[in-house]
Amino acid sequence: MNKKQLFSGPFLAFILCGTLVPLGVIAFYGLTDRSGAFTVDNILSIATPEHAEALLLSLGLALISTVICLLLAFPLGLILKDSKLGQKGFMVFIFILPMWMNFLLRTMAWQVLLEKNGVINNVLGAIGLPALEIINTPAAVVLGMVYDYLPFMILPIYNALIKIDKNVIEAAYDLGANYRQVLSKVIIPLSLPGIVSGVTMVFVPSLTTFAVSNILGGGKVNLIGNIIEQEFTTSFNWNLGAGLSLVMMIFIIISMALIEKFDRNGEGNLI
Amino acid sequence: MGKYPAEFLKIKMPLIELIDISKSYDGETVLDEFNLKIKENEFITLLGPSGCGKTTTLRILGGFVTPDTGKVIYQGKDITNLAPNKRPLNTVFQKYALFPNMNIAENIAFGLKISGKSKEYIDDKIKYALKLVNLNGYEKRSVDSLSGGQQQRIAIARAIVNEPKVLLLDEPLGALDLKLRQEMQYELIRLKKELGITFLYVTHDQEEALTMSDKVVVMNQGYIQQMGTPEQIYNEPENAFVADFIGDSNIIDGVMMEDRVVKICNHIFPCIDEGFGRNKPVDVVIRPEDIIIGKPGEGTIDGVVTSNVFIGVHYEMCIQAGGFEWLAQNTTSYPVGTHVSMRVVPDNIQIMNKPQSEDEEAMALDE
Repeated sequence: MNKKQLFSGPFLAFILCGTLVPLGVIAFYGLTDRSGAFTVDNILSIATPEHAEALLLSLGLALISTVICLLLAFPLGLILKDSKLGQKGFMVFIFILPMWMNFLLRTMAWQVLLEKNGVINNVLGAIGLPALEIINTPAAVVLGMVYDYLPFMILPIYNALIKIDKNVIEAAYDLGANYRQVLSKVIIPLSLPGIVSGVTMVFVPSLTTFAVSNILGGGKVNLIGNIIEQEFTTSFNWNLGAGLSLVMMIFIIISMALIEKFDRNGEGNLI
Repeated sequence: MGKYPAEFLKIKMPLIELIDISKSYDGETVLDEFNLKIKENEFITLLGPSGCGKTTTLRILGGFVTPDTGKVIYQGKDITNLAPNKRPLNTVFQKYALFPNMNIAENIAFGLKISGKSKEYIDDKIKYALKLVNLNGYEKRSVDSLSGGQQQRIAIARAIVNEPKVLLLDEPLGALDLKLRQEMQYELIRLKKELGITFLYVTHDQEEALTMSDKVVVMNQGYIQQMGTPEQIYNEPENAFVADFIGDSNIIDGVMMEDRVVKICNHIFPCIDEGFGRNKPVDVVIRPEDIIIGKPGEGTIDGVVTSNVFIGVHYEMCIQAGGFEWLAQNTTSYPVGTHVSMRVVPDNIQIMNKPQSEDEEAMALDE
């Protein structure tokens, strides 16, 4: 074993203990019943109406959150890229600042803000506007997801945008393209790697979250993450929880593969 | 010519005219009431050190920079505030600026697709352009797989398929190595001849400017120092800046004794310049290759060789004489310490008025 391989030791140990072994344990629980006998019932239980509904809702809300984040982050990235403040990274710093605060705390803050008699409704009432009744609805969960995960969309997109050579954009104008064409033929295709990682970093946690839906859904919005959590913490059916987790993993792998494919095919003609 | 008034007019009217263009960045003046006329089918080069305003001039023409004052006239029309994508000019950028997300054919087709040309037309044009830049069959290659020189050729191809009246080139050979640069210089001259369009070229490399241009515009600190053919610029520099910037030269203090006689380092040299008056201090420019070296006493002034370097075709020597260190080039080597004489053919002595002040130094030829 040479020196270079020696340095990779800790990393290999981490992969083994932190990734491979836990995955193996999950797979073992997921593919056995309580007595330890092999079964695929845990996997197939995703087809029960309760689970399927939760999975579909999760996919739907994660998709909506991702799209909203993308629609907010991309124009913001474009603005920051061209502004003097943005170039110094100060504005980006401001936008990712919330990331440094505890995630649960931020989500709970929204709960306080959105409550029936919360801050927002008090203000709305004071100026004579109808109260906002979105707490404990999917809308509140989407709001929480967007708020929590938006920085993960902004950062990679901003990084991709500032890396685009200014000369390349000028060349596009020089060759007769208007702003819309420069955007669709040059800027968006060149920032696609950033968009893909942003989408991944928002979509995956949105799909699997249970904290946001717990806090802002008030138990009325049941996502697949909540069901898995309940199997582990309240029903103590680790086998079913692990089985559903495996199904989730498969869904995430499929989603990523689709995004990757989109990335490759989308070159130059995304819009 | 009076028989053909239309033709006459066409020749008289410049294709592009820059009138009183000024531009400053953060209070620093880059261009000061700059005027330039560009004729159709000319290879014109803006030459100067970095920060002289040459690139700003090009960017004003391309539409990427708006001048603070002044006008850009194209074929009689004011295009000062026209957006870059509406201008009938195309630019070849210093760092190629090819679209990395497209292959070579897509890069070349970009402008044509934007203007809505048919597929057959575009395919024909791509073939034609690749042939013109000697890169047949590169359609499907990716930008990354090309060398710097090849990328630059594609950048040129991408610009010329749009059939611009004027091609703006911003130090396009700056990033290439010497050998490739020389090759590309000949390539550009050939392209210019085949296409019959106007080239506006920006460079800080005097050799490049002299090799390719019909007309060279030497710039410094936002002013034009001299404008003329490469021969005029080299042989008859109008001031010390031009003489110093173009090639190597000895710029020596002298006194014009009378017409056709100049005193340098207390020695009398015959020259061909007239009209400077009597006993007038002047700057004298002598190119190192014009110094004829001989045995002591044979020439106009005697001196001692203080350094000698072989630089390829000839030896470059410093000769201490009359209190001045002369730079001389000769195919014969005179070792350090050799006593020699020097003389210069009257035709090769260039006399220039001394500038009165720094401002005048810059303004001297701003006409």
